[in-house]
Amino acid sequence: MAELRRRFSTFVSVFIIFFFFFFVFFSAIVLPTLASVGDLVELEEEFTEELLLKPLPDRKVLAHFHFEILAPPSPVNGRHHHLFPKAIAQLVHKFQIRELELSFTQGRWNYERWGGSDPLSMANAKPPGVELWATFHRPESEIDHTWKNLTHALSGLFCSSINFLESSTAFSAPHWGFQPNSSVLRYGALPREAVCTENLTPWLKLLPCRDRAGVALLLNRPSIYRGHYHSQKLRLISSKLTGVKLEQTLTIVLHPSVERYGLDSFSDGSTQPSWSLNSLFKQQLMGKCALAKDSRVLFELEHDLASQIDETESDYTWRNAAFELSTMPDRVARVMKSLPNQDSSVLYGFEVSKSSDSMPMDVGIKWKLPLIWSSSHAPVYASRFLMGSGNERGSIAITFQSSHLDEWLSTGSDGCAVHAVVFQVVPWYVKVYYHTLNIFMDGKRQTISDVVKRMKISPSEDKLSPGTMELMLEFPCDMQSATLTLDFDKGFLHVDEYPPDANQGFDIPSALITYPDCYSSRSYQTVDTSHFKSSLLPKFKEGNLVQSYTEVLLVPLTTPDFSMPYNVITFTCTILALYFGSMLNVLRRRVGEEERLSKSKASERRGLIPLLLLKLSSKLRGKRPETMQHSSPLPSSSSFFGPKLFIKVVLVAVLAIFWNYYLKDS
Amino acid sequence: MAEIRWFWPLVVLALAFRLLLVPFADSLKLGSRPEVATPLTSLRRLAEGYWLKQSSLSPYAGSMYHGSPLLLTMLGPITMKRIQGQPTHLFCSFIFVFVDFLTAMLIRAIGQKLVLKNCKSLKLLDLSKLIESFVCLDAGGVASLIYLWNPFTIVSCVGSCTSPVENFMVVIAIYGACSRIAPLAAFGWVMATHFSLYPVILLIPVILLLGYGPDAPPSKLFLHKNPSATRSSIRIFSWKPVVYFTIWAAIWSCYILLLISIFLKGFDGLSEMLKKTHGFILKVEDLSPNIGVLWYFFAEVFDFFRAFFLILFHVNILFMVLPLAIRLMHRPCFLAFVYITISSMLKSYPSVGDAALYLGLLGLFVNELAEMKFSFFLFCGYIGVSLLSPVMHNLWIWRGTGNANFYFATGLGYACLQTVLVVESVSKMLNYDRILRKQLHTA
Repeated sequence: MAELRRRFSTFVSVFIIFFFFFFVFFSAIVLPTLASVGDLVELEEEFTEELLLKPLPDRKVLAHFHFEILAPPSPVNGRHHHLFPKAIAQLVHKFQIRELELSFTQGRWNYERWGGSDPLSMANAKPPGVELWATFHRPESEIDHTWKNLTHALSGLFCSSINFLESSTAFSAPHWGFQPNSSVLRYGALPREAVCTENLTPWLKLLPCRDRAGVALLLNRPSIYRGHYHSQKLRLISSKLTGVKLEQTLTIVLHPSVERYGLDSFSDGSTQPSWSLNSLFKQQLMGKCALAKDSRVLFELEHDLASQIDETESDYTWRNAAFELSTMPDRVARVMKSLPNQDSSVLYGFEVSKSSDSMPMDVGIKWKLPLIWSSSHAPVYASRFLMGSGNERGSIAITFQSSHLDEWLSTGSDGCAVHAVVFQVVPWYVKVYYHTLNIFMDGKRQTISDVVKRMKISPSEDKLSPGTMELMLEFPCDMQSATLTLDFDKGFLHVDEYPPDANQGFDIPSALITYPDCYSSRSYQTVDTSHFKSSLLPKFKEGNLVQSYTEVLLVPLTTPDFSMPYNVITFTCTILALYFGSMLNVLRRRVGEEERLSKSKASERRGLIPLLLLKLSSKLRGKRPETMQHSSPLPSSSSFFGPKLFIKVVLVAVLAIFWNYYLKDS
Repeated sequence: MAEIRWFWPLVVLALAFRLLLVPFADSLKLGSRPEVATPLTSLRRLAEGYWLKQSSLSPYAGSMYHGSPLLLTMLGPITMKRIQGQPTHLFCSFIFVFVDFLTAMLIRAIGQKLVLKNCKSLKLLDLSKLIESFVCLDAGGVASLIYLWNPFTIVSCVGSCTSPVENFMVVIAIYGACSRIAPLAAFGWVMATHFSLYPVILLIPVILLLGYGPDAPPSKLFLHKNPSATRSSIRIFSWKPVVYFTIWAAIWSCYILLLISIFLKGFDGLSEMLKKTHGFILKVEDLSPNIGVLWYFFAEVFDFFRAFFLILFHVNILFMVLPLAIRLMHRPCFLAFVYITISSMLKSYPSVGDAALYLGLLGLFVNELAEMKFSFFLFCGYIGVSLLSPVMHNLWIWRGTGNANFYFATGLGYACLQTVLVVESVSKMLNYDRILRKQLHTA
């Protein structure tokens, strides 16, 4: 018994010791991790949605949807996300994306009327079609391969033909022309790509509430695709420290229909058309997306407009002499003025959370005074066009029209200069002669070295890579206009390389003109000094480079006859056979043979047709013509149409009839 | 031998005519005509290559330039010079006029050598009757005048393309071989091969020329004439110049490769050069229209047959090399002419510059080929094709009312004409030997 007790006590003591060690272990290792989990819980995934509305000078309305999802780096969550779309997270993880921007655009941004330098249009004016650029956290050697895989993944994700960017003839690696210091960047554009709902639906799928609630509820397909400009964009920024940020924006320029909003609206055409969300989108805001941290509608009045309203009335209430907003704004903000002549836009903020199913929010404006204003000016307007006719050669010309250079450059002295960076990608079938680069300034030809400060050219390789041109130009401030021309030859493609609609022509993607001296930024400050937290406005604060995309060029290329391959092969081979055969014949011919031939020819000179008949009949009889010629004279016509031949013909005819009637039917 | 009256005035007139046309070359846009400038010979592409070189890129970066780096060093700096109000390639055109003149003079010298040898061998055969019966023209003079006054030559000289230089090198090779100057022949052959690859098959006629001397009737006839003479005493293959030629060819090619590798230092070097010049010729990568037939063929042919047909077309040139060499061994100069004609008919990027060369060389055999069949048909055919081809090109490319097939049809017609020309001339030359033999038998 004592033995048993002793054993039990040792067991208990061992157990206690074991438990003690276990406790020490737990407290030493597991607890700190738990504590750190507690710290990380603070950084949650965030989703914000915003809509910015802006009346444009040409009686149109700009609607800019901005959705942002932030996924902080979290070791605990692993691959699970609350809000962040899993497809994108996998993409970022697999391809080690550092930064990516994908835009689908229909229509062309009108830089002169809709804004040529304000931060919103700089970030959201995109070239027509699809544009994709990306940088990776990978070594230089792997990037091309990663890019190719990425295009395929995106193409599947967005139901579009982004996979055409896989081919090395479609993408390029700009050095400094697209973004300063971008050695690992890949850039590709598909100007022909059509954008429609099939691209929008997968894009909306990435949002936590899709288009069922919140701001995205407004995205009624018929109304948004009726617009003049439509650009949906996806931007990814990923880093180890801040996690992954996904920005999805949709920029639409719509034309409000005047007659639908209220009976008392002016219809004489002098005032701007009044509109509301309902009239624009045929939808109203009914509460925010429940998962969104912030949900807000912003209404912006541009600098020029705001200063005109300043002249009429000083305060910025929502009902003033110039216009009347349909809903009372929650906040009013204004751009901080540092210089008297600077930007002074006004911003009204509306909280979507205040609306509900029963009380929908319908932000709108009713104009009272006829106002004419202009949007922000770019320092230089650039446009691109083709010169020349015919399908053999042509020239590309890029013109720069100086518009309001004095606004951008404080010093108007002689020494001042404005820089412009031209980044242009041309497909290989447009064979550019870079030595023909000519620059004309105010109609006078300039030496290249005076104007071009920096140049990086990678010429196109046939069927291998596109030509990339990066130029930094320097214009004096008093320049009125400048033109840059380049000659090119049009290439000739293989039949298989033409698209189905070959006669429509081929597109040269937009060139990008950047002005490295000019930054556009706007920082808003609320009028009543309360804090205005928004995810969209800080983007305006960051200094964006002023840039503009030029037109897409349509180059008609000559087409071969697509129905000809067999004919061409047979004709060419016939010529070759003719050459080969006759040459061999000439080389092979012997003198004696020739003499014999000429002798026999002289002895029996006959017409062509009897000779042919003779040969035919001799063939049919199965005898050699030579022996015929020597043995017997010309056979009579009776022997030619002899019974044997007749029997043969009948036999063949019977066989043919038999074949036709019996064998084919069965 | 009948001297040509007004020879020198005609030469001067031809050169003056060229100089007169040079200032208008730019407005005539000859330099970008598909008949004149091919991707290999275009001076515009050369200027682009030189510009790329100047901006410290490889001249072969991009698919613009496919010519020799040596031409780039020689002609490149001139293409950059501009005189106010003058076409950019003015200086180059002057050089080409001079090169044309030299070519014509060398052709004349070749012709004189051929005629001398011909008369000598006919005398040896005691066929002086034949000499009188044939109109013994100054073949060299005729050939050089044909070369100088041929519209094809004028167009390719004025139209700023490098084919005059290529032709010059070929003629140098033949001249050097005719006059048994091994270094010159080797230089011409190596340079011509380097420029356009196809003259590589001229190796056989050049060696035969160096070994046997210029064209003569077959040695069998000499044996027939005086059977007492040993075979060796009549026609000996002298190995000495051939050996010299081999050594010199090796020296020249090493020298040229060395020059090129110095010039292309810092870039990918020789392998890239070979890929972009000779590889470009062999692979027919550029499908822009020219007067040949291969561009349309390879634009239309199915991709999986491409390699097969590439081999077929190039081997087609090589197929005929041996049979022709066996049959025309005693006439190496004529053999060279036939080779040049065949390669300019089947080459991947033909231009009228090639036609200019073989039509000029055709004049060398004016005595032998005097009674050639179809000569009027050929003459009209050449005129017809050279008139129709630009019209069809214009209809297709510029007006858009025509079709690629129209232009291709003129190319087919042109290939047919060349076929007839080369076959008929070979046939006539063999016939001429037959006639000699018959005369000898009857005599």
